Amino acid sequence: MEVRVSVIKKRLKSIKRIISVASGKGGVGKSLVASTLALNLAEKGHKVGLLDLDLYGPSSHIILGVKDVFPEEEKGIIPPKIHGIKFMSIVYFTEDKPSAFRGIDITNIIIELLAITQWGPLDYLIIDMPPGIGDETLDVIRFIKKGEFLVVTTPSKVAMGAVSKLLKILKELKIPVIGVLENMKMTESSIIEDTVAEIGIPFIGSIFFDKNLEDAIGDGDLLLKTKFMEELGDNLKKTNL
Amino acid sequence: MHEWALAESIITAALEAAEKEHLKTITEIKIGIGELQQIEQDIFEFALNEIIKAHGKKLKNVKISIETEESTLKCKICGHTWSFSDMMKKLNEEESEAIHFIPEVAFVHTRCPKCGSPDFEIITGRGVSIISIKGKR
Ligand SMILES: Nc1ncnc2c1ncn2[C@@H]1O[C@H](COP(=O)(O)OP(=O)(O)OP(=O)(O)O)[C@@H](O)[C@H]1O
Ligand SMILES: [Mg+2]
Ligand SMILES: [Zn+2]
Repeated sequence: MEVRVSVIKKRLKSIKRIISVASGKGGVGKSLVASTLALNLAEKGHKVGLLDLDLYGPSSHIILGVKDVFPEEEKGIIPPKIHGIKFMSIVYFTEDKPSAFRGIDITNIIIELLAITQWGPLDYLIIDMPPGIGDETLDVIRFIKKGEFLVVTTPSKVAMGAVSKLLKILKELKIPVIGVLENMKMTESSIIEDTVAEIGIPFIGSIFFDKNLEDAIGDGDLLLKTKFMEELGDNLKKTNL
Repeated sequence: MHEWALAESIITAALEAAEKEHLKTITEIKIGIGELQQIEQDIFEFALNEIIKAHGKKLKNVKISIETEESTLKCKICGHTWSFSDMMKKLNEEESEAIHFIPEVAFVHTRCPKCGSPDFEIITGRGVSIISIKGKR
């Protein structure tokens, strides 16, 4: 009998809101939005955790510049704090080596991480999701009953094609979606906004392509000063975050 | 002390199962621990006892037995099977500790000893589980 699932609810009990940053498409800025959202909320004085569930291609640790830290063992594992954010990722255990996992292993890792991580009281737990509607998304829906989604897309019709599918399934399952962020916008167009409105999900707003962003990757202090961060902050004001 | 978290999941799951089966008391829990996770049995048992004490009536006279399950791994490419003890010899301390927390990172830190593939399965002996529960209605 699988026992770890029983304890997950207890581990998440003192977390007020759990927000998965997701997309039907890869490379649209989920990890960047997840990390900067966590930074933004921590800056506002909230207690924040960040969980990287992109198990093949974890990247939150690169964005935040997490190095030379390891969780503490105390009735489970306590995530180290980076920029005031409690940060948990598979990289602590893989030493960043290539990670090939099959679906059942993905599920087992997610269960294990959720069962042994002692987050303590948090206002927000942000989850950096891998692209698509695969095992990770299904497991988050299965194990995190009070979860919400924040969906990221780019202005591309190709991205929006995949993102629409994610939005529709979330809607069908009646999972709360805070809204859709259009990222890496280059020119004015309302295609994404219109498509999102048609599906009946809130459109939050857009973040423009920031050509100076790359220089800030790996440094939380620099990230806070980017144009990207400023635009994210403005967009969040339109939500209850 | 991440054994504590695993012990807690055993007890939480046992209490849930007892609830479902309308058991007033749980008299016996048989626990399996997979070799791959290298549980420190002393710490694990200590944690179980502490958690049981905190749960009063329902678990008061429960008998706990623990069985260790040998770990077998099987390659999906060449079909070779091997055991945790074969694999253990090649691991350094950090790798072994990582597998202790998340058994699946065995796929990251080791390979099939025969063909070198990372595409193998954990057939037996992964982590902790309840083998059986007995109780009184
Ligand atoms: N608004 C932006 N301006 C400039 N660069 C951006 C912007 N948003 C994201 N990027 C860059 O685009 C790349 C992809 O972003 P990110 O890794 O966050 O995407 P992702 O959706 O998490 O990808 P994956 O699907 O692989 O997880 C990164 O190099 C990131 O720094
Ligand atoms: Mg990502
Ligand atoms: Zn092989």
